[in-house]
Amino acid sequence: MALLEIRNLHAKIGDREILRGIDLSVNAGEVHAIMGPNGSGKSTLAQVLSGRDLYQVTEGEVLYDGKNLLELSPEDRAREGIFMAFQYPVEIPGVSNLYFLKASLNAIRKHRELPELDAMDFISFVEDRMKLMDMDESLLNRAVNAGFSGGEKKRNEIFQMAVLEPKLAVLDETDSGLDIDALKTVANGVNALRGPERAMIVVTHYQRLLNYIVPDFVHVLAEGRIIKSGDKSLALELEESGYIGLEETEALDRV
Amino acid sequence: MTAVTEHAGPYVEAFPKLASTGHDWLDALRESAMREFSARGFPTTREEEWRFTNVAPIARVPFERAHAADLTPESLETLLFSMPGATRLVFVNGRFAPRLSSVAEGVKAGSLAEALRTDPDAVRTHLAQHASVAANAFVALNTAFIEDGAWVRVTRGTVVEQPVYLVYVSVAGAAPAVTHPRTLVTVGPNAQLSLAEVYVGLGEQVYFTNAVTEIAAGESAVVDHYKLQLERTSAFHVATMQVKLGRSANFSSHSISLGGALVRNDANAVLDEGCEATLNGLYLVNGTQHVDNHTAIDHAQPHAASHELYKGILDGHSSAVFNGKIYVRKDAQKTDAKQTNKNLVLSEDAVINTKPELQIWADDVRCTHGATIGQLDAEAVFYLQSRGIGREEARDLLTHAFARDVIDRIKVEPLRDRLERVLFERLHEYGH
Repeated sequence: MALLEIRNLHAKIGDREILRGIDLSVNAGEVHAIMGPNGSGKSTLAQVLSGRDLYQVTEGEVLYDGKNLLELSPEDRAREGIFMAFQYPVEIPGVSNLYFLKASLNAIRKHRELPELDAMDFISFVEDRMKLMDMDESLLNRAVNAGFSGGEKKRNEIFQMAVLEPKLAVLDETDSGLDIDALKTVANGVNALRGPERAMIVVTHYQRLLNYIVPDFVHVLAEGRIIKSGDKSLALELEESGYIGLEETEALDRV
Repeated sequence: MTAVTEHAGPYVEAFPKLASTGHDWLDALRESAMREFSARGFPTTREEEWRFTNVAPIARVPFERAHAADLTPESLETLLFSMPGATRLVFVNGRFAPRLSSVAEGVKAGSLAEALRTDPDAVRTHLAQHASVAANAFVALNTAFIEDGAWVRVTRGTVVEQPVYLVYVSVAGAAPAVTHPRTLVTVGPNAQLSLAEVYVGLGEQVYFTNAVTEIAAGESAVVDHYKLQLERTSAFHVATMQVKLGRSANFSSHSISLGGALVRNDANAVLDEGCEATLNGLYLVNGTQHVDNHTAIDHAQPHAASHELYKGILDGHSSAVFNGKIYVRKDAQKTDAKQTNKNLVLSEDAVINTKPELQIWADDVRCTHGATIGQLDAEAVFYLQSRGIGREEARDLLTHAFARDVIDRIKVEPLRDRLERVLFERLHEYGH
């Protein structure tokens, strides 16, 4: 059984249907890229997987590790090993990164029946991971994402992922707004976390990120459905022809 | 006579039974304050200053003068926090408790009643010179019943190293009781003082604390003031702090209001040339608690700066009022005044009234004000949840974070630590 099994998933926000029957199967160890134009439903898919209640699932099911994912609260999904790297990480003034991430790690460790870490243990636990993401230790005492640049926020997301060691990571347009150096740092971090036990879903608008995070599979999303799947060469194909060609083909198919 | 002034009756009747202070000037002061109070009675919501705070629940209860009560050092410790090396004056039901108090060497602090015996002329120079009985009926009531209180004197050029704590404890007895704590603080030119007023209570019976604090700071004095209102949730608490600052004095106050059923704080400061004044506050209300913070900063002279940050957290059916007055007089050119009031409303049934009142007669000034009323940021709650933190804990964490920037400004460490802890416990109760 796949780690993640999405079957005929439909979701809407308000009266607007955004996902119109997604089928996707992701095994441990695989990296899947989901590409598509703006408004195709990429981010909605990521948000639905993370449990955002803005979206209403109207049809279909999602099995994660054999469990009905849609029944789990967002915090339980995280505790079960799902991590979402946000497109727009939220700023939380008044809460330090240290406090936040320690609370987070301990909530997850508790769920996994591992002993909780105190502040000292926590700092040594995160040290290497901070280096990996080229982050300064002083950042731990700063408020979560408050006053961070776009690049710093994205690095902080991947740093959190490195600390929380998820089984399934969903990266929602982690490349957006990054210059090439920041993109490489983020991709490095992501690649360091690839492994046989971990699956990743990389949602992106552009092929650029996939030069650095090379996916095993590429899926093209349009109008709430996966219209094409393939290997990494599909991303390159898209780079040349753009999404427009695909949408037209899709439109013609339907006729 | 209106219904409310009839309620002045118990106080009018109790007044002649008060023992003479032994000083004609003080007896006369009390009498004139009583005349003022009995003529006005308790304020009503028809008065602009009391529009959102109905004190009828206070007026209605026939409070008696609080009886003397014993308090063991052990039971006091449960209410307080460690104050190593600090001066601490403890008052139990309005009376100085020397056995519970300690004064560090070189610090001039003690009971007002004692000072009236040993140094009456000095008391006379300062007492009731700042807080106006004409402006506020509760100040008049307090003044009419002056018996004891605290007097802290810092002479010219003296730096008091450790904070001075004034602890007013109400031990509720069989009947509803009232105390009128009176605090007088004089800080000489170039002197420095850190001072904390702490109001706490014991017992279930309703009681009423009616406090007045006068602070006079000389030229270039530095005063760091804190007020912790930790009364029982059955209590009424009304307090006025009146501050008079000399040239270039630096004054900051943090008023933390957590207890009480019905609370009204007035914090007023008159600034001289080149002063810097900070009035910050934090209020947390839940259940049916009501807290009203009125502040008034009077820029009487040029080149003074004032900063004000009041933050409130409201839950349950609670209500709160913030009213911030800033006066900039004709001569007060180059005034720089900033006022902010932020409210976090956690329940649909909680009510906040916030109102800035700026009156500016000078033309070369910078005055800004802003008020916000908001709920917890749903995006932030979700972000924390998505990292495995439970929904309730996430809400606690964000609420705590909202309060933190006021707490973080508290410079006295034991006080800050204690508040951190109280806040944490209190917020934890909120969510569940």
